[in-house]
Amino acid sequence: MIPASFDYIRATSLAHAIGLLQTDPDGSKLVAGGHTLIPTLKLRLASPALLIDIGGISELKGIEVADRVRIGALTTHAELLASEPLRKLLPIFYQAADLIADPQVRNRGTIGGSLANADPAADWPAVSIALHAELELAGPAGRRHVAAKDFFVDIMTTALGHDEVLVAIHIPYPNTGAQFRYRKIRHPASGYAVVGVAVALRLQDGLVSEAAIGITGATGRAFAADSASAHLNGKPLSSQNIANAALLACEQAECLSDGYASADYRKHLLRTEIIRALTSLTNA
Amino acid sequence: MIDTDEKHHVVTINVNGVRHTASVEARKLLVHLLRDDFGLTGTHVGCDTSQCGACTVDIDGQAVKSCTVLAVMADGSSITTIEGLAPGGGALHPVQAAFHEHHALQCGFCTPGMIMAVRQLHAQNPDPTESEIRHGLAGNICRCTGYTNIIRAVQSLASEGHRHD
Repeated sequence: MIPASFDYIRATSLAHAIGLLQTDPDGSKLVAGGHTLIPTLKLRLASPALLIDIGGISELKGIEVADRVRIGALTTHAELLASEPLRKLLPIFYQAADLIADPQVRNRGTIGGSLANADPAADWPAVSIALHAELELAGPAGRRHVAAKDFFVDIMTTALGHDEVLVAIHIPYPNTGAQFRYRKIRHPASGYAVVGVAVALRLQDGLVSEAAIGITGATGRAFAADSASAHLNGKPLSSQNIANAALLACEQAECLSDGYASADYRKHLLRTEIIRALTSLTNA
Repeated sequence: MIDTDEKHHVVTINVNGVRHTASVEARKLLVHLLRDDFGLTGTHVGCDTSQCGACTVDIDGQAVKSCTVLAVMADGSSITTIEGLAPGGGALHPVQAAFHEHHALQCGFCTPGMIMAVRQLHAQNPDPTESEIRHGLAGNICRCTGYTNIIRAVQSLASEGHRHD
């Protein structure tokens, strides 16, 4: 399969990339790892006039673990899997990265690409929501931060403007005792999440606080299961409270239906995966 | 021949230690540059959808599916293909030798990509369990073997203490 013709420019800086985007916002596409965009071009589901390669922009690279965590948009899944400081502080990155595609794809695909593409079955949207991440966007008018829970608007639609670039993901430093879990039911062919659940919470004196649950795969966009989190806070992580929280999350979800999984089946998987994810933290 | 019109981009890539320069359309895939322009047909096109791994090559030290990389994006990189592992028909690379010894192939179509993926797996984890091997080769599909001998070959690399480079 051969993509339709397009032109290609390597952006030398963020300002250069934004300037190129402004020239033809509808006809241009950013490319970094290319592991979603290039298959899309090969299937001719997209035919941009220009690809702007942002892969060489150093500001978009790297993992910083200090008083907060900053992950550059160009960070690959393989880098997230291999980062020891990140695994120590936020093991959910290891848990999720290890379930993405395969080693070769993880070597090229980036977290920024995953977030900006907003595939409803991608993993990082759920993780970023559960971690209360803020996404740093740069455009002609400067920088702005958008909370992950507000970033995902609809299927493959985000708050990112056509002339904006996703620069980095910022994550607040987790409080002592915070625990994390990412689980998913992998689609057997694509490896994407039929349903994916990211959980962050603290257990203090047997009571849950700061619970946050991000869901992907189930609906048209990743979302925060707020009613489930609210139900858990202040209570013990008992099997009854877990089951009630899972039901509340399912009530919030208008599940997708496709050839692999009906909406009812997805809802069943969602409830089951939330129960499994939360239960795994009761004995941690 | 170097085309120099505005639709073409000149790329310079080190492949198996040899510097190559070519003029490519932006839409040209790396696997086609390697096979059609450089004549390195050991890298195969299987599924062409980044699933099967037959097109796996090493770009700057990382195993990558070359059907999902634009040739123009590889400008300035160093690439190793299956032909680079035993240059000039010399002694087989340890991974190749292990595949030969354990008959880790039948038709052989997936083998170049499989070997390039094993090379990275072995570099990152020299003594993997069977489960780790299966997880590490999740990006490579073999339709013949059932993977049993492939796993034996990878395990033999650890027990025989081969170097992976």
